[in-house]
Amino acid sequence: MNKRFEKFVNGRSDLFIPFIVAGDPTEEATIELALMLQEEGANALELGIPYSDPLADGPVIQRASLRALEHGMSLEKAMNLVRKMRDRGLEIPVVIFTYYNLLLQLGEERFFALVHKNDIDGLLVPDLPFEESEEWRNSCKSNETALISLVAPTTSDKRLKAIASESSGFLYCVSSLGVTGTRKDFHSSVFDFLERVKGHSEVPVAIGFGVSAPDQVEKLKNFCDGVIVGSAIIRQVESHIEALSEEASRKEAVDQIRTYVRDLVSPYGKAKIHT
Amino acid sequence: MATSVPDQRGRYGRYGGKYVPETAMYALEELEESLDKAMADPQFMANYHEELKKYSGRPTPITHAENLSKRLGGAQIHLKREDLNHTGAHKLNNAIGQALLAVRMGKEKIVAETGAGQHGVAAATVAARFGLECKVFMGEEDIRRQELNVFRMKLLGAEVVPVSSGSKTLKDATNEAIRYWVSNVEDTFYLIGSVVGPHPYPKMVRDFQRVIGDESREQLTDLPDKVIACVGGGSNAMGMFYPFLQDDVTLIGVEAAGKGIHTGEHAATLSEGRLGVIHGSITYLLQSDTGQIQEPHSISAGLDYPGIGPEHAYLSETGRVTYTGITDKEALDALKVLSEEEGIIPAIESAHALSEAMKQAPEMSSDEVILVCLSGRGDKDVHTIMEHLGGDVDE
Repeated sequence: MNKRFEKFVNGRSDLFIPFIVAGDPTEEATIELALMLQEEGANALELGIPYSDPLADGPVIQRASLRALEHGMSLEKAMNLVRKMRDRGLEIPVVIFTYYNLLLQLGEERFFALVHKNDIDGLLVPDLPFEESEEWRNSCKSNETALISLVAPTTSDKRLKAIASESSGFLYCVSSLGVTGTRKDFHSSVFDFLERVKGHSEVPVAIGFGVSAPDQVEKLKNFCDGVIVGSAIIRQVESHIEALSEEASRKEAVDQIRTYVRDLVSPYGKAKIHT
Repeated sequence: MATSVPDQRGRYGRYGGKYVPETAMYALEELEESLDKAMADPQFMANYHEELKKYSGRPTPITHAENLSKRLGGAQIHLKREDLNHTGAHKLNNAIGQALLAVRMGKEKIVAETGAGQHGVAAATVAARFGLECKVFMGEEDIRRQELNVFRMKLLGAEVVPVSSGSKTLKDATNEAIRYWVSNVEDTFYLIGSVVGPHPYPKMVRDFQRVIGDESREQLTDLPDKVIACVGGGSNAMGMFYPFLQDDVTLIGVEAAGKGIHTGEHAATLSEGRLGVIHGSITYLLQSDTGQIQEPHSISAGLDYPGIGPEHAYLSETGRVTYTGITDKEALDALKVLSEEEGIIPAIESAHALSEAMKQAPEMSSDEVILVCLSGRGDKDVHTIMEHLGGDVDE
């Protein structure tokens, strides 16, 4: 594991891992949003790569992907975008969230060349389950790149043990069945699920799919090491599309989204820890 | 060789597998276990064959297309009449099998995707027959093109859910059906319409469709020289080819070459596609340089799919099956000839296979036999046929 992720893993609790889509609505907006999220205490950034057929995504992220695709975003361009974020001061670990077909077309060699060139720290492939991922697990290990594994409430103990034993970076717990998207409330069984996962995991346990409000973060903080927030942030981006697209109005729009994010992670009491 | 696939991981050589989100893995494991038990249970298989016989009207006959063969002046063309199945296509063989399995697994609802509507109608039909709730996802564009089949599904009591994402066609309907299934796996069975999707779907659909080839072997006195079937996802072809794989029979799959392979507007996945992942399995698919899945084109909505079943990719790579392409125009020409010569209006899908047979027959001797899988009837396509042939029918 590389140094940035080592620091992340050692932090271990109250982790805030936001997700944004590369190129939604523009490259410049993505950079500004990433920097703002770091300022508001993000411990790592998940950078979503737009894909035409995203099986695990709900409508909000699908729409964001479509917007980014219309501007010609690709896996390679998104990875190069991380370099621009680094040059502007992004220090937290960046995890590339991409579907397997895009990775397959780019190729392993090219992918890791871009990982090293752009200081990328991790990879998450939602449609590459444990059984199919051995080759990529090995390549990620030898390239000091964390391959983030997902577990769901329906994952059996046997699978959970196998997945947890091979996980790196953090373990991504899907809060409920279905696709990404905000949910009003979590089923009570989610807490038992998190207990079960924590019993097996050596790395931080973070929960995603549906986290959108501070009271949820408050409820979840005692049961896991962190939260992953995607659709709720993208929804904010969506409501400021035009302002984010224009240079003159971008800063104000980013600040409005900042207010939402600050409120969301207030139970962690950690805003601006990186500034 | 070919009968040893898929392996334990659902692989046909390097194709197949399970490329799905973790949330779907439990459902696939549950399905795999139930399927293995059901297929080994003589009572289950007896029920399945009984339904095929008493409900769907199997066995379907083989018709010697005598007039057509005489006109072409070469091999004798025989047609396996899947168009005579209840609901008008081979789709029902698979739908009956999967619905029986859903009932056996205690599921109360089925979800399906459809492009041309034939699989949607088959799913709605078996849902009515076996008392299951049915939801069919269909692209908005396909809903517009296949008005009649949408009405049939609704008449059968199914809910047709319009899909407005992506290109609003089969590819997107499949994504939505998978998403819905993953969210509702406790009580819902996903009834896939072709030999595609994550393992064990391609194997399951093949095993329910092999009745086409098994029956054909029994019905013909001797083995045919060539067997020809059309390929979109590839279920009728897989069902027809599978029982002949070990025999000295030439097998030919026909893809939709649309407006021509070199126009970019086609659905010829094996000829023009690249290795990639679509709807849960690794196979050949039409995609951009950066890996975005592309929308195919075919006059036949049933062949209009950017991927292909992983076993077909394997059979193509091993050379056991030859895959070729027929254009929209060639298919329509063949459709017209069969209608006039034999009084059979085939589905445009099936007309692709027929057109290939009509190309090959004149080069063969009159004692040779080509067996064509006539996968469905053309009633559903009459609007499309009218649009394209228009006043030319009499010419």
